[in-house]
Amino acid sequence: MTIEAITAPSAGAVQYGRLVPSEAFLRWRAISGRVVSVILFAAAALSVFVTASIVYILVYDSVLFFRQVSIIDFLTDTEWTPVFDNPRFGIMTLVSGTLMTTLIGLVVAVPTGTILAIYLSEFARPRVREFIKPILELLAGVPTVAFGYFALFFLTPIFQGFIPGLSTFNLLVPGIVIGIMILPYIVSVAEDAMRAVPDTLREGAYALGFTRLQTSVKVVIPGAFSGVTAAYILGMSRAVGETMVVAIAAGQQARIAYDPLEGAATITAYIVQISLGDLPHNSLAYLTIFAAGLTLFLITLIFNLIAFWLRRKYREVY
Amino acid sequence: MSTEVSKSSVEGIDEQRLVQKANRQDLRFAVTGFLVLVVAMAALLALVADFMIDGVPRISVDFLTNFPSRRPDQAGILSAWVGTVLVMLTTAALAVPIGMAAGVYLEEYAPKNWMTDIIEINVTNLAGVPSIIYGLLALGLFVQTLRLGQTILVAGMTLALLILPIIIVATREALRSIPLEIREAAYGLGADKWQVVRMYLLPAARPGILTGAIVGMSRAIGETAPIITIGALTFIAFLPPAPLQPEPPFINFEWLNSPFTVLPIQMFNWISRPQAGFHVAAAAAGVILLLLTLLMNGLAIYIRYKIRRGQK
Repeated sequence: MTIEAITAPSAGAVQYGRLVPSEAFLRWRAISGRVVSVILFAAAALSVFVTASIVYILVYDSVLFFRQVSIIDFLTDTEWTPVFDNPRFGIMTLVSGTLMTTLIGLVVAVPTGTILAIYLSEFARPRVREFIKPILELLAGVPTVAFGYFALFFLTPIFQGFIPGLSTFNLLVPGIVIGIMILPYIVSVAEDAMRAVPDTLREGAYALGFTRLQTSVKVVIPGAFSGVTAAYILGMSRAVGETMVVAIAAGQQARIAYDPLEGAATITAYIVQISLGDLPHNSLAYLTIFAAGLTLFLITLIFNLIAFWLRRKYREVY
Repeated sequence: MSTEVSKSSVEGIDEQRLVQKANRQDLRFAVTGFLVLVVAMAALLALVADFMIDGVPRISVDFLTNFPSRRPDQAGILSAWVGTVLVMLTTAALAVPIGMAAGVYLEEYAPKNWMTDIIEINVTNLAGVPSIIYGLLALGLFVQTLRLGQTILVAGMTLALLILPIIIVATREALRSIPLEIREAAYGLGADKWQVVRMYLLPAARPGILTGAIVGMSRAIGETAPIITIGALTFIAFLPPAPLQPEPPFINFEWLNSPFTVLPIQMFNWISRPQAGFHVAAAAAGVILLLLTLLMNGLAIYIRYKIRRGQK
């Protein structure tokens, strides 16, 4: 405003009782409009540049890595010992840790999230909903490092009380905490999809004598199917990328994770572990974090694209 | 005739049972839903209570004014909270204007073509990229390629990229909720596009954009992983150069190039120590972090509530 007041030519003169803009003002406005639109476009295009940079950096350093390690070993080896004298690079060890925590998280979050979404969308009175949704938002806003502390120092000792043989660092508790963390996302996306189902469908079901639950299960969920699936996939993608909870409470030992009571490193926890160390930046062991990062990025990218497509689908239907 | 009556009465009994059964199921589900709700709320409460019990007794003036220390009972968060404030300033200064500009472009300017489609898919996808990947991006681009070092500026830029999608989406939603008539009336008075945006749309969208900015900042305040990945030091026992100075030009930007630590990093560092004393300090730092994020989220929720009341 003030800048314009200083630099803009005078707006024009009053002729025959109306304001006629001056030539200079119109020219100035046209030019400044163009400049602004270019700046705005550049800001939007920055997001493309960010994605391109992510891909470039992950691929570039991974190529350096795969020049020294065969991609077949990378995918089939069952040991991950990059800093040993005789290093082995089997990413499946880390992937198994990630899959285990993700799976436990989903077992917690999918049923509870679906029930909560149905409850909020179909059962709860508006006032209850207005009260609950902010609380879920607060839950989503808790820093992940705080969840990590909560998992290691609060939940793990409690769980050790009734699960004998539960290690201090294990996959079970971080998995459950990840489930709590992704719950708000699943609820919010699933509820959004359910509310997009038109009321006429519900009224039709009620007119046929359906109860609320029958309407929810037989009309609303099928109607919102792609959106609800998208909610699960988005939750899965978040669980895979979750870092601090597993870095704090799941341990750092890379091994094939088949026992959730024992600790194991995940992809993300491994990246944190190497970042905290003092490995030289050009060593092979250091390059592993980019190969691990590329694996993580590809997994979440696939999930996100599927979810994007599913959500677009339900938006188009209604 | 009589057989028909008895038949329908038999059916009537079945129907009644069916209805009763369905109603019972309905009630059972409502109770289950409510219980799940209670459990979810209990989890949040347990988390807050756990931090309060462990951490609050440890918080004192000394805790806020001491540097980290090797002795757990003397350790404080001075460098951490100063670092958090400065990093957040940098993040906000970068992410809010760029995010607003991108949101305005996509909502008001963008033509419907493949380029816009690509940008939109991109923004959606970026919102789902794990934060640690942003850390690897920052490590590869800012630290290794541009050699900017592990500074406040780099941390601010990293977190700004991370929260950009949040601010873009909030800006777009705020703009979308402004009635078309306002645009048409402004055009009718002879305004051009930029004048409409600047004089009518942005002021009307301000509360919505503000909400998005606050949610984004509260996300950035708690982010740990990307800052670990760029290799930020965790033991910082000094403050960055002050941004304000008594002699001209009064404002000093040297702090942007200073090493730093932030609250979540300090907390993570203390969690990883073996001594129980540091775990208490971590809980105390966690209380402050939780308080900040809950307050910011609460503020955002309140503003959104006010907007919605205003629209009705």
